[in-house]
Amino acid sequence: MYVIIMGCGRVGARLARLLTEAGHEVLVLDVNSHAFWRLGADFKGRTMVGNGIDQDVLRRAGIERADAFAAVTQGDNRNIMAAQMAKYIFRVPRVVTRIYDPIRQDTYAALGLRAISPTVLGAEAILQALLAEPTQEE
Amino acid sequence: MYAIVAGGGKVGFYLAKELAERGEEVLVIEKDPKRCTYITEELGNVVLNGDAAEASVLAEAGAARADVIAAVTGDDEDNLVICQVAKLRFKAARTIARINNPKNAAVFRLLGIDATVSSTDVILSQLEQELPARSVIPLLRLRHADVEVVEAILPPNAPAIGRPLRELDLPRDCTISVVIRNGQPIFPNGDTRLAAGDEVIALTTPASEPRLRDLLLQPA
Repeated sequence: MYVIIMGCGRVGARLARLLTEAGHEVLVLDVNSHAFWRLGADFKGRTMVGNGIDQDVLRRAGIERADAFAAVTQGDNRNIMAAQMAKYIFRVPRVVTRIYDPIRQDTYAALGLRAISPTVLGAEAILQALLAEPTQEE
Repeated sequence: MYAIVAGGGKVGFYLAKELAERGEEVLVIEKDPKRCTYITEELGNVVLNGDAAEASVLAEAGAARADVIAAVTGDDEDNLVICQVAKLRFKAARTIARINNPKNAAVFRLLGIDATVSSTDVILSQLEQELPARSVIPLLRLRHADVEVVEAILPPNAPAIGRPLRELDLPRDCTISVVIRNGQPIFPNGDTRLAAGDEVIALTTPASEPRLRDLLLQPA
């Protein structure tokens, strides 16, 4: 697959490495070129500096032939806008977006956007761990 | 009218001020508490401190009973989400978004925003009026109908020049509404002949615009 990842933070960089290691073609987009250090020197994919909510930038990144698009910047609204452009304008078959705010995640999931909220998932995982029976050592 | 203005920067501030002076009910939603203090000092108790993209903030602002929500922050993505949340969760009657990138106008329309305003576009069209016309200038897009009001100034070699309008191969869903010649308006009929330098204002669908442009502007 050809995958475009918008946002080279911890999640974006890790996702990019996982995908290239699995043999996928990857382009990572970030507004700040310094962010690409997270990918490591041996990163096999491509990087591009640019704002993913600009359709000219998305075109230059090759979105018209992309099989998948992940919006994982720090900004919920930026992710939401880029993901909708990818899905409804460029018709990318697989679009996933990260939305921290659970209410916005809910709103856009209802609209048909594949939205993942680390807040909801994180709280749920921590809750389960807290409620689990303590192990012997503890 | 009850208007919610999301974003209390310069645009939001003066928008709220103008509306308040006209006796309309207005509420500004602004993230920065310091900016909120300033607006309250200047305009009175018309500010809510919070993020307008948060549903709880829009609920507190009374988004469901607002006649219009204008998102005028400096960021296109924030303005998009504010308008969409207002539409989707509060069934807002009318949403207007300020945009910086003029190319976002089409994106916003597709994503359900009622109207967009781009100062970039406004200045650009002013500049284009000073330049030799190479494109038709969009003046207005009618809401709820896919019709644009466009303007073009005819260059000396335009194909439309010299022949009566009825003989021009104008697209069907397009009308030449008025021709300005030497500062005087001419309301054209089939016998009207266009001349170089004429300022033509036409109604057209976006689909017919390229054909209209070719007739009015392409060198013959």
